[in-house]
Parts: sequence; structure tokens; C-alpha cells
Amino acid sequence: MYSNEMKFVETHEWIKNDSADVVTVGITHHAQELLGDLVYVELPSIGSVIAANDTIGVVESVKAASDLYSPLAGEVVEINEEVVNDPTLANTDPHGSGWLFKLKLSNPSDVDSLLSADKYKSLIG
Amino acid sequence: MNYTPFYQCHIDSGGKIVDFGGWALPVNYGSQIKEHEAVRTDVGMFDVSHMVITDVHGVEAKQFLRHLISNDVEKLEKHGVGKALYTALLNNEAGVIDDLIVYLTAFGYRIVSNAATEAKDLAWIKQVAGNFQVSLFPRRDLAMLAVQGPNAIQKVSESHPNVAEQLAGLKPFSSVEDNGYFYARTGYTGENGLEIMFPKEEAKTLWLTLLDHGVVPCGLGARDTLRLEAGMNLYGHEMDESITPVECTMDWVVDLSDESRDFIGKVAYQLAKISTGNMVQVGLLMQGRGILRDGQVLELNGENIGIITSGTFSPTMKQSIAIARVKKGTEGIIDAVIRDKKESVKVVKLPFVRNGKIMVTE
Repeated sequence: MYSNEMKFVETHEWIKNDSADVVTVGITHHAQELLGDLVYVELPSIGSVIAANDTIGVVESVKAASDLYSPLAGEVVEINEEVVNDPTLANTDPHGSGWLFKLKLSNPSDVDSLLSADKYKSLIG
Repeated sequence: MNYTPFYQCHIDSGGKIVDFGGWALPVNYGSQIKEHEAVRTDVGMFDVSHMVITDVHGVEAKQFLRHLISNDVEKLEKHGVGKALYTALLNNEAGVIDDLIVYLTAFGYRIVSNAATEAKDLAWIKQVAGNFQVSLFPRRDLAMLAVQGPNAIQKVSESHPNVAEQLAGLKPFSSVEDNGYFYARTGYTGENGLEIMFPKEEAKTLWLTLLDHGVVPCGLGARDTLRLEAGMNLYGHEMDESITPVECTMDWVVDLSDESRDFIGKVAYQLAKISTGNMVQVGLLMQGRGILRDGQVLELNGENIGIITSGTFSPTMKQSIAIARVKKGTEGIIDAVIRDKKESVKVVKLPFVRNGKIMVTE
């Protein structure tokens, strides 16, 4: 589930390289499990330039709201309209069709500083 | 941590256990929304054994309760054994210490109150009881299971044929006792159903029997969305010791009809009732897509006019709803401030949903 092709952050987002400088970002399986039935996703607008650790949106389940943090600095180049229309995609396929947005990185090598799948797995126990 | 007699049943049914005010209880068994839907369309069951059952005995039990609570147990006597009464427990300032149900049973009065407020409720009740010839009996020897939904009574009757006939004739807010099992037609979901109090040693047997009859285990998550849709108050949200019944739609449980009855908080309540600065409780419907949550501020033309006391996504209406305390006279479209952004919400009458039907119109 936590593939070696992906990187992770402590705030439970995953990151996967589409190309050298564009990454896809989503919430982890563990995050969706903690949140329960998702009912609302608010994403940053396309073109917005964000810094690492910025609060850039929110993911809400029936029971709780969870801020969405930017894992890295860059420009938002695409958002997943399907998950906005049907937030349960992030429950059923959090690492696939439930992805949230794509980021063009300011500094592509930043990815290397993120957690590996093994480190994330040990973090969530 | 406190464990209810159903704890192992929750684990075996895949319940996700959380610490709920010191009680280990399931928040859901997989999907809160599916559990919610089961109660609206069929039948679900909730472990509510954390709630506090206290039996009141003694020659002055009736006088004691007529002084202690805002509603008048005289009404119970008129209806006879089995009748239930919803009421507030007020302090001297008419603030709500708790909400509770009083039953008149064949063996005396029974109070069911909230777990989160257990210590302060009991301290208050004991103090007042000191002036009356009454004895209080906490009943932690009992388990309590709420079976709720349009098919609830049918399912319980199927699994307990010995009481089927009595259950078929049971009116809302009434109870019947059979062989150590106390069945009350009460609940916290806005659906038909029962709350069953019975010896805790038999918890597993009842759970498994109902499970066999297709009753869906439901967690605290669904309990909250169901009560919110039903427009029912939750202690610490819609009411607390600084809120009078006037401000949380509990006027109907303050009984002033017997002028000679002196109950705690009466004078303060009468003053609050005629005060002009009152807040009132309303429902809110989100107009866009976000989710309303408790604590969010409400504004009209930039002026603060109230606060959301409970908010969620309504599984029945597929949009966000909330209960709010606002300035009297507030109506139409107002703003909810969500993460510094203003979102339009519509003021509506509670409840949102009753007996499976949506009661508010767009």
C-alpha cells in the first residue's frame, strides 16, 4: 500500500513524481482511515504559489475537519475536480483516483528530504 | 478507562474504539454514514450503557422530583405507570445542569442522565435529596441498549416474542417492564425505537440475538449525526449551565402550570423568559459545499449575531446542517464564518429530519 515510489510527510500526505519537477499529492490511506467518511474537500486554486507547510485546503469527514498542508514549495498546476465532486474517492482509493492536486516544484530536489515509505510506516505504527 | 458490558461485542463487531469522556466506546464499525442510513431506513443499535441510571425511592420521591426538575412529574402520575418525562435539571440561575428522562415505573421513579455530567449531576441531586425522605440507587448493574429505526420494534419483538404484544401497544415516551428487562419507547435519533435497560450479564446475549435478526451496530458518530438531524440538544453544545431553557428550545419542558410548585431555577427562568435580549435556537442549512462546525461565528452585515452549537454533514440531506444560537428574530440568509471566509447559510426551523422524512425545504 505504501509504495516505494511515493514519499510521505508527517501530516499524512503522500507525494509521487509525475516528471522531474511535477508531483501529485494526496492524503494517505492511514489519514482517510482516521478521518472516516469524507464529505468535503477544499483545494488550492490552480496557479497559486505555495510554500512548504502552508495550510492550503481542508479535508472534512462527517466527524472532523483536517487541514491540508503543502508538503513542498511550488505552484499548483492541476487539481482533481473529481475528488471535489465526490470526496469518498479519497476513502476508497486514496493513493490512486483520490489524489488531490499536482504541484510544479520550486526546487525539485526537495522531494529527497521527505519520508520514505518505510519511515512513514514506522511512524504510523 | 471505563468499559461497558458490551465492550467485547464492539471489538468482535469491528468497532473503532475511542475515549468518550472516560468510556471506551465505538465511534463507528466501518462507515458512520452506512450506520446512519440503517437507522433512518431499517434498524440500528447503540450501546448507551455509559449513561447514568438512578432509581429514586422513598415516601417523598414525588415531592423531591417536583422540586428538583423543571418539568412536573405530576403529569406522570396522571398517565400512570410506564410514562416517561423529558426534563431539564436547572441550577438556581436557571442554567441547564443537564437534560434527563424520568420514568414512573412499578418500582418507583427512574432517572436516566448523561455520562459526561455524571459527577456534578449526582452531587447536585444528592445535595437536594438531603432535604427529602428519599434514597438514590445508582444502577451500574444494568446495561442499556438503544434499538432505533422504523423496524426497531418489530425486530425486538421477533427476538423477544414474550413481550411482542406489550411492545406493539407501547406508546411514544412510555415504558414496560418484563422479567428484569425495562423497555422504553424513547431515543435520540428522531426515529421510532426502544431503549432497553437490563441485567448487564446478559449484554452479550442480547447483542448477538439482535445481530442475528439483522440489527446494525452503530457508533457514537452516527448517534451524533442522527440527533443533529432530529434537532435534539447535546449537553455542552446546545446547553450548559450558562444557557437557560429559553435559549435552547427547552421551554416546553419547564412546567409552570401549577403555580404553587416551587422548583429550582423557577424565578430565574421566569425572569429570563421576559427578558428582551434573548438568544434563540434555530437550524441552519449550508447553501454551498463547506461543512458547518460548532464554534463557528454567525454574522449579518458583518455584525456578530450568534454561534453554531453543533454542525455536521447530514447523511440524509447530503449537505451540511447545523444547530445555532442566534439573536431572536434572525431569519433568511446569514453568514457563517468558516476559516475566515463568509459562507451563506439559511435559517430554518428544527428538526431537519423526523421519521425518515426531510422536514425543511430549500
